[in-house]
Amino acid sequence: MSGFFKSSIGRKVAMALSALFLMFFLIIHLSVNITSVFSKDIFNVASHFMGTNWLIQFIMQPVLIFGVVYHFVMGFVLELKNRKAVGITYAKNNGAANSTWMSRNMIYSGAFILIFLVIHFLDFWIPEVKYKYIDVIPEDPNRYYEELVHKFVPIWRVALYTIGFIFLSLHLMHGFKSAFQSIGIPSIRKKIFQTCGKIFAIVVPLGFIVIALFHHFNNH
Amino acid sequence: MNLTLKIWRQKDASSKGQMVNYKVNDISEHMSFLEMMDVLNEQLVNSGEEPVAFDHDCREGICGMCSMYINGEAHGPDRGVTTCQLHMRMFKDGDTITIEPFRAAAFPVIKDLVVDRMAFERIQQAGGYISVNTSGNTQDANSIPISKHAADEAMDAATCIGCGACVATCKNSSAMLFVGAKVSQYALLPQGQVEASDRVLNMVAQMDLEGFGNCTNTGACEVECPKGISLENIARMNRELMKASFK
Ligand code: HEM
Ligand code: SF4
Ligand code: FES
Repeated sequence: MSGFFKSSIGRKVAMALSALFLMFFLIIHLSVNITSVFSKDIFNVASHFMGTNWLIQFIMQPVLIFGVVYHFVMGFVLELKNRKAVGITYAKNNGAANSTWMSRNMIYSGAFILIFLVIHFLDFWIPEVKYKYIDVIPEDPNRYYEELVHKFVPIWRVALYTIGFIFLSLHLMHGFKSAFQSIGIPSIRKKIFQTCGKIFAIVVPLGFIVIALFHHFNNH
Repeated sequence: MNLTLKIWRQKDASSKGQMVNYKVNDISEHMSFLEMMDVLNEQLVNSGEEPVAFDHDCREGICGMCSMYINGEAHGPDRGVTTCQLHMRMFKDGDTITIEPFRAAAFPVIKDLVVDRMAFERIQQAGGYISVNTSGNTQDANSIPISKHAADEAMDAATCIGCGACVATCKNSSAMLFVGAKVSQYALLPQGQVEASDRVLNMVAQMDLEGFGNCTNTGACEVECPKGISLENIARMNRELMKASFK
């Protein structure tokens, strides 16, 4: 069994499982955030729950952090191994003849997502950890909405988030169906995954973009 | 038609190699690509130069030897064909055609366009077989019931000719389409069950040892494969490996 995760295929399967978890997390994250567009109170209740529930904080959050780190570290490791496996490159190579741009540039869309994630951590997660575990300020269940709205006042941050999510969309255009292929789902279902993949890759990032734009213009 | 050819020339495995330009004239559109190469080589021999070394054998799409990367694609711009089945009518008068050997660290160049694909043989030897008692009381294969569906899929997988176009095309030099096909052709049939676990474990281990890359599901191999081997075979290999590893 330990041999499995050392094999090229085992690593791909683990990579796909981490990606599937990340996509599941994106759905949860979007569901919570989208409430901020409709109702300040529902958003506060949902955020307070996510921010204080021990299962979320001490089980799901570490799993998530491990998932993200595993995914991008393995992404870079496999990319380096693959470059070594290629050796000398072609003088003329027509990649567009047989594959999509998204599928050939996962490492670049991924790298941009990583840059975005670092900024996102500095923006939301670090202040959150400081609030709760370093400064130990007593919890105010109504603080979340104001914090969120405040973040989207500067246009540069809105622009940055939009670009970040466009790269996420490109990553998922290939990634969604690729993950199911990696874990060996048979082809009878492939068509369904391709369609779901396209919908997921457009709807989820677009949802996040809409939220950022909404709060920016709602407060002007 | 008259053509300019840019061809990779490399004296031997240890020399550096480079692209060299040649001109060929009066090429008929009915010629196969290899016949066009024969015309070039005759021209080179007549003028006292070293002919371009390239692999070929059957010249009818079944041996898988004719490895050439033509204008940025394995076996050239046509679909479902090997280089020997590629016709010159796919090109126009005045075209420049770039011809390179199949590239992958695991397929080192031996000379010019000839590459060493023994890595495939070693993967095959690691498990791409079934053990049959041939002492005279062999069971007739037709007496074993096999569903039409399984037989068709196994046959499709078995049409892989081991040409290496999948590796040559893959941005990761992954051999998973080839190994997936070889694992599948046995995994789908009752005769392949006895050695199924060892087969997939050993073939994948050998594939990794040879230094092939990791599949990222771009699907380029499936498009360029002359035999139309489906990505489905990679998914099946992944399932077979999981089954074998976790039982
Ligand atoms: C929320 C963030 C992310 C999500 C939802 C996500 C999603 C995915 C999915 C679904 C796959 C396909 C998995 C497979 O085929 O096995 C994938 C592959 C990959 N990801 Fe990500 N990813 C994210 C972040 C990143 C980051 C930060 C990097 C940094 C480099 C990255 C690099 C890669 C690479 C190199 C691949 C492999 C390419 C492939 O197998 O097609 N990803 N990702
Ligand atoms: S899978 Fe297709 S491209 Fe790869 S070796 Fe077999 S026949 Fe050639
Ligand atoms: S020479 Fe045999 S397949 Fe082309």
